[in-house]
Amino acid sequence: MSADPATSGSSTGITRDEVAHLARLSRLAVTDAELDLFAGQLEVILSAVSRVGEVAADDIPPTSHAVPLQNVFRPDELRPGLTQEQALACAPAAEGGRFRVPQILGEEA
Amino acid sequence: MTAELTRLTAAELAKKIHSREVSAVEVAQAHLDRIAAVDGEVHAFLHVATGAALASAGMVDESLAAGTAPASPLAGVPLALKDVFTTLDMPTTAGSKILEGWRPPYDATVSSRLRAAGITILGKTNMDEFAMGSSTEYSAYGTTRNPWDTTRVPGGSGGGSAAALAAFEAPLAIGTDTGGSIRQPAAFTGTVGVKPTYGGVSRFGLIACASSLDQGGPCARTVLDAALLHEVIAGHDPLDSTSIDERVPAVVEAARLGASGDLSGLRIGVVREMGGEGYQSGVRASFEEALRQLEKLGAEAVEVSCPHFEYGLAAYYLILPSEVSSNLARFDAMRYGLRVDKGASAEEVMAATREAGFGPEVKRRIMLGTYALSSGYYDAYYGQAQKVRTLIARDFAAAFAQADVLVSPTTPTTAFPIGDKVDDPLAMYLNDLATIPTNLAGTAALSVPSGLADGLPVGLQVMAPALGEAVMYRVGAAYEAARNAEDGGPLIHRAPSLHTQVGDAA
Repeated sequence: MSADPATSGSSTGITRDEVAHLARLSRLAVTDAELDLFAGQLEVILSAVSRVGEVAADDIPPTSHAVPLQNVFRPDELRPGLTQEQALACAPAAEGGRFRVPQILGEEA
Repeated sequence: MTAELTRLTAAELAKKIHSREVSAVEVAQAHLDRIAAVDGEVHAFLHVATGAALASAGMVDESLAAGTAPASPLAGVPLALKDVFTTLDMPTTAGSKILEGWRPPYDATVSSRLRAAGITILGKTNMDEFAMGSSTEYSAYGTTRNPWDTTRVPGGSGGGSAAALAAFEAPLAIGTDTGGSIRQPAAFTGTVGVKPTYGGVSRFGLIACASSLDQGGPCARTVLDAALLHEVIAGHDPLDSTSIDERVPAVVEAARLGASGDLSGLRIGVVREMGGEGYQSGVRASFEEALRQLEKLGAEAVEVSCPHFEYGLAAYYLILPSEVSSNLARFDAMRYGLRVDKGASAEEVMAATREAGFGPEVKRRIMLGTYALSSGYYDAYYGQAQKVRTLIARDFAAAFAQADVLVSPTTPTTAFPIGDKVDDPLAMYLNDLATIPTNLAGTAALSVPSGLADGLPVGLQVMAPALGEAVMYRVGAAYEAARNAEDGGPLIHRAPSLHTQVGDAA
């Protein structure tokens, strides 16, 4: 870690509870052991990446994309897509030509 | 005879196939035999498509026998395809359990262009899960080993493609480069890897990691072979709205020109901020030697400064996870891929599936991105990282006003031992220190072997402006020719031989 470009970042102090919250938002049913592991690791990573804050950039425009982008249009013409059979071929469950999914709302809803 | 075929370059193989000195089927079979003999040790491939490869090669032979001109300059030459491009006739996993056994219902544009060019796809190569990693240790299907030293990593995420080249299992491969995933494995395995200008190669059917950074590109053992493959896969694709609608740079011509060895009049920018502290001494020595060789070829070295590059790593590890957290939301257990039926609601099934289907690095980056995009943190993290991205692009623009190409070591170190960094994410991230700025700016870069440090390959990185691939290939080819002449042959031929298994090759 002698090359660490990131030692001067401020401590962010991400807690186990915050990781649990992030995991819920991310739809990841993480285990208790993972919560401890990730809390430590995310803390280290966040303190390193928070170095971006050292750059004076108030008047700098953000770049979301390296190449200037404009809307790209195509002619509104029919073209072949997937058949129903192709689309369902790798579905975890299908029924009656449709994707079969678990109930959308939980018990309490 | 068949063993010798695997030592040839793609250009040499194409010549022999097109003149009907050997058949494409013989060439394919020689490589399949080599895979059967050494891949048990190297583990470059996740899937070997024996039947499809021989059938495709057979069609090339039939067409040549009928007097038809080859479909492309590489027709009949075998290739290893990174398992992140969708393929109709082969499984596509992106190195993840969540896509185990998935058979995509469509071909990526890169896959279909390879087929149309008559290139023989031997199979799909190993990679870090969803291209997140620098060693292939984050693959859900086991680590690829570096053919130079099988106790070491081949780099990543495209370690399988690079190792397949270095192990002489294929003369050509395809990789993707989001922060260095083509160039860093090339450096670690003594091979050539090219990250084209963003938008130069279609991303249609490329399973997304970070959409504003991902770019497919050619991998080979020589600069000319990479150029030949570049011209097959590059070019506008209406199915990718970020695809550049301009002529593909004439990289084959540039590589041939470069090999003649004269770089007079070219200015080579040495980036002051790349290559000092934190770079292994053997890597620095190799770079200094490369610079001397470039000057001997007539190039003028000028020092340039890119003061914001040192913030590139931090900006990248905010922008990339943010895009990842959004892109990987599509793995929701509903339409394709893994489903773990645990829980009553769709949300519970989704969370259980993603927990079981994703590995630790993917989970870390999804959560990191979710954090960086959260209200209250957005401006300080994602917003600020985007501004740093602007400053890095401006650094490049200023440097390219002073120099035709920029050079640096491709990586701070040579290949490290398997297991060394797998539990220390930040140490793993530092591998990408020198490659990341190019991805953030959307410009082009390649890595070409620059010799050995303590017996392990080192890479020279050549960076060019957007759509400046021609000059980059010219410099890469000139340097490669000079280094080979001085060293008495290509570096890759000094790779130690692997233990071959006999008996499997039926």
